[in-house]
Amino acid sequence: MPRRTMIEAIRDAMDVSMARDERVIVFGEDVGFFGGVFRCTQGLQAKYGKSRCFDAPINESGIVGSAIGMAAYGLKPCVEIQFADYMYPAYDQLTQEAARLRYRSNGDFTCPIVVRMPTGGGIFGGQTHSQSPEALFTHVSGLKTVVPSNPHDAKGLLIAAIEDPDPVIFLEPKRLYNGPFDGHHDRPVTPWSKHELGEVADGHYTVPLGKAVIRRPGSAVTVLAYGTMVYVAQAAAEETGIDAEIIDLRTLLPLDLDTIVASVKKTGRCVVVHEATLTSGFGAELSALVQENCFYHLEAPVARVAGWDTPYPHAQEWDYFPGPARVGRALRETLEA
Amino acid sequence: MADAGMLRFHVPEPEVRPGGTPDFSNVPIPKAGSAPRPEIDVDPRTVRDMAFSIIRVLNRDGEAVGPWAGLLSDEELLEGLRHMMTLRSFDARMQMAQRQGKTSFYMQHLGEEAVSCAFRKALADGDMNFPTYRQAGLLIADGYPMVTMMNQIYSNEADPLKGRQLPIMYSSKEHGFFSISGNLATQYIQAVGWAMASAISNDSKIAAAWIGDGSTAESDFHSALVFASTYKAPVILNVVNNQWAISTFQGIARGGSGTFAARGLGFGIPALRVDGNDYLAVHAVAKWAAERARKNLGPTLIEYVTYRAGAHSSSDDPSAYRPKTESDAWPLGDPVVRLKNHLIQRGVWSDERHAQAEAEILETVIAAQKEAESHGTLHAGGKPSTRDMFEGLYAEMPPHLRRQRQQAGV
Repeated sequence: MPRRTMIEAIRDAMDVSMARDERVIVFGEDVGFFGGVFRCTQGLQAKYGKSRCFDAPINESGIVGSAIGMAAYGLKPCVEIQFADYMYPAYDQLTQEAARLRYRSNGDFTCPIVVRMPTGGGIFGGQTHSQSPEALFTHVSGLKTVVPSNPHDAKGLLIAAIEDPDPVIFLEPKRLYNGPFDGHHDRPVTPWSKHELGEVADGHYTVPLGKAVIRRPGSAVTVLAYGTMVYVAQAAAEETGIDAEIIDLRTLLPLDLDTIVASVKKTGRCVVVHEATLTSGFGAELSALVQENCFYHLEAPVARVAGWDTPYPHAQEWDYFPGPARVGRALRETLEA
Repeated sequence: MADAGMLRFHVPEPEVRPGGTPDFSNVPIPKAGSAPRPEIDVDPRTVRDMAFSIIRVLNRDGEAVGPWAGLLSDEELLEGLRHMMTLRSFDARMQMAQRQGKTSFYMQHLGEEAVSCAFRKALADGDMNFPTYRQAGLLIADGYPMVTMMNQIYSNEADPLKGRQLPIMYSSKEHGFFSISGNLATQYIQAVGWAMASAISNDSKIAAAWIGDGSTAESDFHSALVFASTYKAPVILNVVNNQWAISTFQGIARGGSGTFAARGLGFGIPALRVDGNDYLAVHAVAKWAAERARKNLGPTLIEYVTYRAGAHSSSDDPSAYRPKTESDAWPLGDPVVRLKNHLIQRGVWSDERHAQAEAEILETVIAAQKEAESHGTLHAGGKPSTRDMFEGLYAEMPPHLRRQRQQAGV
């Protein structure tokens, strides 16, 4: 099976979708001729023409707003916000329009759009190239929120998102674009070509939205993670020798609660890990759900390891990023509790 | 350089406040028929003046004059008059229904009936409007059933939107009327996207975007103009300047000079300013813009100069911020009266027939109201089920919503 980077897998997902369905339209800032600042749309304009893949003005609200209009017409736009940190001008369109169009019109109009946005830190991106705003989407009724952690899933989830009849926020951890990253910034990065999850089948396949996957089976503690933190959790488990069961959520909403609950009932302990800031982050929802659904099976408080409640700093990158040492400490404390 | 002294902060104020005498003498009203009618493929740079003038067809004597006249038959004009009268009658009944507690909220179109009613007749089937909450004339003029509109207003068991939406936030794809949102200006850029989609699909349909004077200050107004201009989208960008955004006069959105139409010029979009209380002028200009869009010549911006004669909404009291008699002083008059006078002048209408039509329309509206009320009103009779609250958010209900629906016991 061919190996692809996450960038190539994402591009392939759009390529496959555009070839299968001429209603699929791709646009955003620098997405057309240039192929995207992360090369995710490279070659699509040359292959499908300027009507199918084109550059947009620097106006996030305009990109999402026009995509909603296109969806109302009957197209299936897959648009890009250059960085998740720059989605805020489009937040009105995403939360008040895309999310609610089907509901408020009782199905008269629908909004099958995908909004791709590179997310997450660990790249010295500072305050506006590192954010993880997923909780701002999972709090919105009507949206679906997806975060892939590897090339295989990225392609399958993106094709599923494009085919989904509802608006999907597709957050791409840019730290994972070229290879997995476990938080050990002082070690060389392994490219996806050397990783089994870099195996990406040609052609059409999907990874269903709303289904988590167990990345590392274990019996001592359940770790709920997504995106880059999946690899950080794996490193922490290896380094501490703790037999953690690591669940890659993949879709945050709809959430695969069954997989989570079954695991926590088995292990009796749970650590939630994300890059986003702690307070009111998605981890709070996960923690509350585990407590509500697994209370009598819990042998320790649910722990959360997250970004600190500060803007994402530049120089203090590795003091901020929740690396394997911090996750490892939480695993040990949860077992000792 | 000489000392310029202290800076002073500028906040625009309307000419007159409550207690004052209404004065529109500073609003220049060009003579009917004086505006030229450019070719549809005009170079926008050559018609810049039109963004600062007003296209008018009906003169003081009720005659249709100038190059924008002569597009509509007697039958079409009589139909247009009936649409405007119906909307006005509908508004009055629904305003009253709100006062009677049959619904929570209503917004009238008083004085602006010509804008949406005449515009609708310039579009073709399949074209899509992206309206604000003050263009129900688009539905009336397209024959959308009044009973259905009322069912929505009453949030009753027959409400097509299942009680989920605030009154008057209609939606009808079939009638080219996009779902109304409470969030201002959002639909303006969506209209441009819809038009882009039509062009991408090599279709022949066009879109119409709607916005009020106040909402042009929202950033999505700018987004729409940029996208429409960049992609030459087949869209008509309508700005209904009714002088007021709730309590703020249009100068708060615009500053002391310029026009809303002039905003289009910086984007290379031809911009026309039209008498919004002149049914014939609105229709003629809309037709011109629709033809431009259909021939792939790109967007047109139209500013309708009109006056919001009623309160902003059923929750508003305009006497707190503007003179009570200001609408009487509005120099462009009343759209219904002006079309009525024109039809009388054409010899196809009379005061008697008008009074008779008024009575007939009222009867029709009351009959529709009775039928709607047989399905319930907000607090009485049939209403949408609690189950409907959970349905239709996603194409397929996700597990967490299924759990919540169970918890709600439905």
